[in-house]
Amino acid sequence: MKYAFELKNVKKHYGKVVALDGVTLRAEEGKVYGMLGPNGAGKTTIVKILSTLIEPDKGVATVAGIDISLDPTSVRKTIGLAGQFAAIDEFLTGRENIYMVGLLYGLKAKESKTRTTDILERLNLTDAADRQVKTYSGGMRRRLDLGASLVGHPKILFLDEPTTGLDPRTRKELWEIIRDLAKDGTSILLTTQYLEEADELADKIAVIDYGKVIAEGTSAQLKAKLGGDMVEFEMTNEADYRKALEATKGISKGIKGDDFELTIKIPVKHSATDLLKITQIVDRAGVKPQNISLHKPTLDDVFLAITGKKPKHQLPKKPKGGKQ
Amino acid sequence: MTTVLAGFRDGWIVTRRNLLRYMRLPQLVVISSIQPIMFLTLFNFVFGGAIGATVAGSGPYINYLLPGILVQTILFGSLQTGVGLSRDLNAGIIDRFRSLPMSRSAVLTGRTSADIIRSSLVAMILLGMGYVYGFRFQNGAGDAVMMIALILAFGYAFSWIAAFVGLAVKDEETAQLAGFLFIFPLTFASATFVPTATMPHWLQVFANNQPVTFAVTAARHFALGTPSGGAEWKLLAWIVGILLVFIPLSIYSYKKRS
Ligand SMILES: Nc1ncnc2c1ncn2[C@@H]1O[C@H](COP(=O)(O)OP(=O)(O)OP(=O)(O)O)[C@@H](O)[C@H]1O
Ligand SMILES: [Mg+2]
Repeated sequence: MKYAFELKNVKKHYGKVVALDGVTLRAEEGKVYGMLGPNGAGKTTIVKILSTLIEPDKGVATVAGIDISLDPTSVRKTIGLAGQFAAIDEFLTGRENIYMVGLLYGLKAKESKTRTTDILERLNLTDAADRQVKTYSGGMRRRLDLGASLVGHPKILFLDEPTTGLDPRTRKELWEIIRDLAKDGTSILLTTQYLEEADELADKIAVIDYGKVIAEGTSAQLKAKLGGDMVEFEMTNEADYRKALEATKGISKGIKGDDFELTIKIPVKHSATDLLKITQIVDRAGVKPQNISLHKPTLDDVFLAITGKKPKHQLPKKPKGGKQ
Repeated sequence: MTTVLAGFRDGWIVTRRNLLRYMRLPQLVVISSIQPIMFLTLFNFVFGGAIGATVAGSGPYINYLLPGILVQTILFGSLQTGVGLSRDLNAGIIDRFRSLPMSRSAVLTGRTSADIIRSSLVAMILLGMGYVYGFRFQNGAGDAVMMIALILAFGYAFSWIAAFVGLAVKDEETAQLAGFLFIFPLTFASATFVPTATMPHWLQVFANNQPVTFAVTAARHFALGTPSGGAEWKLLAWIVGILLVFIPLSIYSYKKRS
């Protein structure tokens, strides 16, 4: 079995900062591998190693079966990189940016030109294609950066937080694009801080914290640890709270009541339909809740479940002059 | 052979990118011409008077001055190589380039080439201004071309020093400052603006034996027919030496993956 990429006990430190503390992971070909972790976890460091920008201090990293330390040039021919901060030229147009990267991948001028036009079309940038990038919005820059990573027909794609800072609609559009790429057989490494995103896109997820993989599995496996979504009711008085607790008893496993906060948490499988059902039950019991909410597990909950503590977010850092 | 060809191809692609940037920022060429024109004007009318209408063997002071200011301008222009590289480093573009299957020297050759093309443009503007102030080549077109070629070659070599500095300091402002620190003493403690004969002895020793003086002396030799004392050969040796040292050093520090 050949893997899209593989890390074996990879360590990396910057001065005294330990960025990666023995990371081992492997991703199957043609799948989306999600990497979930808070600020400073080491996601970008992993992406940089796999995309040949830096070398590990210890351990082995291979991409498409090629050791990145031994033959980085061959690795570079098979990969595309869209880093955490868009790496495009502000003073060139969108088209010029992608065309140039195409040429540098070794495409012939004509091939790069048609490929550029296709990509701009696919990423919905045709209208802005001939404008200088400095006039682009954050979302457009992200898409263009993704476009630049696609122009060389990469077999393996590294996307470092591709949707951070995007509005919900643009994020969904990008998800569609990523799904399409996966459907075409591209192996993808996707880092994110959002459980929801990893859940939507990834076939397999690694949770990273302090330079270590603290959990790995499918989204279903991870969620099993969390108990999935919860419906939460908040009551105005103790009598209502008792009534509601009585009415919902037994409809799901693991119902938790808090008689101080007057809240009831009910784990659900099919969030929307279950929410409707439970609301009806509570309504029939003659209770008027003050608040009803559907609680989806977040990165915080994952960490709470795995490590028993909340992730300690380190301050996000930006390269000087870099733009999202 | 194919890697050499690929190196040229990729280098040209990056050169074109950098030139496109310069074309989109025409103010950059304008501003970088204003400064030397200001120098030329000030020196010509301030020092020109003090030094006397003529410098021995060179004719009017402008004849003496222009080759000097040309050398200085090209050197200052070379600093842009370091500034541009550190800007690209910080903007993340270099990370993109480094992840591509392109020649490892292309980002640097593309930068230094674009910068020398821009410098040539500034040099032409400055020469035009010199003509307005009364400068004239005394030795015919062939030698005039020699002078320009030699100055540009010197500037190109300096670009590689600036490239190395830019990659080392990784910061635009520092790259610029480090360059100035280095170029100011080299241009002022030289024969750029005035003959070195009036300097104190210790300074003369330095001034008479450093590359900027060789460049200026050689430039005057070709422009005016003044004796060079072999300065053009010494300069050539410096150019070759700088390139031999700083091309590999810069490429090494570009390639380093840490
Ligand atoms: N060039 C560097 N010099 C010093 N420390 C660094 C450098 N790059 C990363 N680090 C440190 O290494 C650790 C891992 O950083 P990394 O960028 O991989 O985190 P990340 O998971 O990508 O975080 P984020 O979500 O904020 O992007 C952090 O503690 C960071 O401060
Ligand atoms: Mg990161």
